[in-house]
Amino acid sequence: MSDPGEALASAKAAADRIVRAKRLNACLTPPKELRQSLTKQAQAAHPSGVLYGMPVAVKDNICTLEFTTTCGSRILEGYRSPYEATAVAKLKAAGALIAGKTNCDEFGMGSSTEHSTYGRTLHPFDKTRVPGGSSGGSAALVAAGAVPAGLGSETGGSVRQPASFCGIVGIKPTYGRVSRSGLVAFGSSLDQIGVFGRSVHDAARVLSVISGRDPRDSTCEARDSLRLPTVPESLQGFVIGIPKEYFPPDLAPAVRRACDRAIRLLKELGAAVREVSLPHTQYAVPTYYIIAPAEASSNLARYDGARYGPRFDGARDVRALYRTTRGEGFGPEVRRRILVGTYVLSSGYYDAYYRRAQQMRALIAQDFRNVFDRGVDLLFTPTTPTPAFKAGEKLADPVAMYLSDIFVVTANLAGLPAMSLPIGRVKGLPIGGQLIGQAFLEDEMIEAAYALERVVPAAQDA
Amino acid sequence: MTVAGGAWETVIGLETHVQLRTASKMFCGCSAAFGAPPNTNVCPVCLGLPGALPVPNEQALKLAVRAALALGCTLHPKSVFARKNYFYPDLPKGYQISQFEQPLATQGALSYVSPERGLTTATIVRLHLEEDAGKSLHDRFPKETAIDLNRCGVPLIEIVTGPDFRSPPEARRYLQTLKQVLEYAGISDCDMEKGSLRVDANVSVRRAGATALGTKTEVKNINSFAYVEKALTVERDRQIALLEGGGVVEQQTLLYDSKTNGVRPQRSKEQSHDYRYFPDPDLPPLALTEEFIAQQQAQLPELPATKRERFMTQYALSVNDADVLTGDRAVADYYEAVVHAGADAKLAANWVINEVLADAKTHDEQLRVPPGALAQLIGLVRGGTLSQQAAKRVFAEVAERGGEPRNVAEALGVVQVGDSGVVAGWVTEVLGAHPQEVVRYKQGETKLMPFFVGQVMKVSRGKADPKLAQRILEEKLAA
Repeated sequence: MSDPGEALASAKAAADRIVRAKRLNACLTPPKELRQSLTKQAQAAHPSGVLYGMPVAVKDNICTLEFTTTCGSRILEGYRSPYEATAVAKLKAAGALIAGKTNCDEFGMGSSTEHSTYGRTLHPFDKTRVPGGSSGGSAALVAAGAVPAGLGSETGGSVRQPASFCGIVGIKPTYGRVSRSGLVAFGSSLDQIGVFGRSVHDAARVLSVISGRDPRDSTCEARDSLRLPTVPESLQGFVIGIPKEYFPPDLAPAVRRACDRAIRLLKELGAAVREVSLPHTQYAVPTYYIIAPAEASSNLARYDGARYGPRFDGARDVRALYRTTRGEGFGPEVRRRILVGTYVLSSGYYDAYYRRAQQMRALIAQDFRNVFDRGVDLLFTPTTPTPAFKAGEKLADPVAMYLSDIFVVTANLAGLPAMSLPIGRVKGLPIGGQLIGQAFLEDEMIEAAYALERVVPAAQDA
Repeated sequence: MTVAGGAWETVIGLETHVQLRTASKMFCGCSAAFGAPPNTNVCPVCLGLPGALPVPNEQALKLAVRAALALGCTLHPKSVFARKNYFYPDLPKGYQISQFEQPLATQGALSYVSPERGLTTATIVRLHLEEDAGKSLHDRFPKETAIDLNRCGVPLIEIVTGPDFRSPPEARRYLQTLKQVLEYAGISDCDMEKGSLRVDANVSVRRAGATALGTKTEVKNINSFAYVEKALTVERDRQIALLEGGGVVEQQTLLYDSKTNGVRPQRSKEQSHDYRYFPDPDLPPLALTEEFIAQQQAQLPELPATKRERFMTQYALSVNDADVLTGDRAVADYYEAVVHAGADAKLAANWVINEVLADAKTHDEQLRVPPGALAQLIGLVRGGTLSQQAAKRVFAEVAERGGEPRNVAEALGVVQVGDSGVVAGWVTEVLGAHPQEVVRYKQGETKLMPFFVGQVMKVSRGKADPKLAQRILEEKLAA
């Protein structure tokens, strides 16, 4: 696309599709505002950009100048950021159009997009089910065909898990590959912006644009942006590890069948497949649920009603202001995690929880290094233990909700790149397969995904 | 203080916060300047807006490393920024970025001259980098608190000593020495009034000879150098009185009130909480290479203690003279410039210590007479052209209006008169005016000679060569 008129047409069509998908409650931007902004952006977009005219939906915890940034929270209702995230600025510089802000679990805390103060997002294929989360709004819009790509964010699988549930491609890059500047922090040592696409190529080219060094983020590596690989003829020379801990006895049978089929296809493509072990996998979820809430308890301290965001009445003094604002502004899941995080950082408990969790995190990362050091290039696993679950099914049982992320949190803890791509269906519900790569070797991971995507019958029941 | 149970020993440790002299803040590009209109030096980072991230200021790191080197600390190749979590409206992120388990530097020492114990060494337990908080203003609007976040994010170093001071004056002397070192090295302005140097003190007392430390209190809100000694004395005396009355010292934080010269406990809401320190995940560990440390070492000027030693050997000065001359880097540089311009080192020291510093004190710390001019003036005295008394008049004139000392002396008509005929005239005048003293002298009271010389200087308005005057006086009085 390089004709200026085409961007306008693309903007209008995207706005129409997003508005038609309104029933999903995936986009938080009001239709009128969305249309006006998209038109304005299309007029300003630079035709020479590699993403010229491409509408990209953006999760509502990523700061934009065009729209409010609420993080799905009441405490940031109406909040407009005076600056935009580096990833958003890079998208715009490449000619992309920011196609509204998408619903998410509050501050990214959740796996179902049910924990949003603006209501739950529906699964695009089954309104009784969840689209996954926390980046469920972006995933649902992409899966519904409203936009070709979207930005999400991950702290513990919040891009890959909804990608898997919605039957699209979701990539979480290496920690430090994409600037976090403008991504509203949840668990800073784990957070990373990720991308959704209807194809590996759409996701990968958006990732390529938003990646690269940023002087505004000290944790962003001083590397050039990701260079996209070409689609390979075969996977000859690739060694793909299958970690046995990711195939427990209680894995949903359809998920197991879809994975077995994908592994067979990988072999047929010429890859050498071998079983490997990541022995500390079982500790990943508990480790994650110490480190992420600890960091969150500190990151979310700034929402106190003193400087921005709504301030709830009844405050006699500053303590009362904090109490009412934070008590009423945060939802129950966020409050739960702030409490847990505050507890594990308290003196007297720090060593028993936070320090030990950091030690365990180092062991989990070492597991991966051990496998990669023995010649394995990539790992293949299921993305989630089951397909999309029913709305409300896990709301009363936080631990059951947390366990839906059992296969995805490890890559966040180890800082590794990982992605989910559709590998089949069961009763119409998508099943995702996960590839985990080595740090900053997204290109190899994407190469394997290109090859698998070409041969896997993603729309067929496994 | 001596009492029935024996003397008390005071034990004091100091925690000093020093603002680094940087153009911008610790983690963002905002100006760190003092005195801008409220909330004008702010950005998403120092306002703690959602999604904004800190990026360390390299200049601040350089200055902190230089401070650590100047204080003889061990610098750690890896140090870690940590979050100190607490809620306060002038702390926009809800945490302060500081260093905790792994500080920048530890184990330093600073030598200072204790008023009681002479040359003494204070141990520096740790030196770490952190950011400042904003300011809560309780007096701007009735019943409301205003917040100014200009100061928020300004770079600080915290310097913690061991419990090394044995008296309030000693603690004060250490602080003065610390200030001197940090000013010398260009690390900080150390201006207590502007808050660029702040000090908290840990105070305890114990029976003389005891080795265990008593229960300590922390004294905060000491806002000027003058109050350091007062605040510590008040708290020391309070503790002693308490213990002698059979009470116990409670470990607590106290605020010093300079208006009442008293201390009061911080309200329980202000008391320290559990800060839930943990490594800041937004900032990778700070890595210092040996090369970087060496570069900072090379940037350090000669420090006061070294300079003092050198002045004593190179210029044959007494420890006191050398101490005064090296107390301020500008004065030390000035003194050396005077010597390099050809003045005798000892005479130059006397001139700088007496005339120059006295003049500076009444003229906004300005060293008004250029070093070359002072050297010339000293030469004129030494060569007999000017009496000491006349030279002081010339000095004052040059300070006020400038000019070459030689020309100024001529214009003032104070060039020493070496013509024995003229001087003899003044001598005759003086002897005629003081017949009684002449009689006493002749009866053996030769100690009156300086009196006669002084009178000759007086009538000659400082122009007589005093040596010549004395010779002629001796001749005439012997006659």
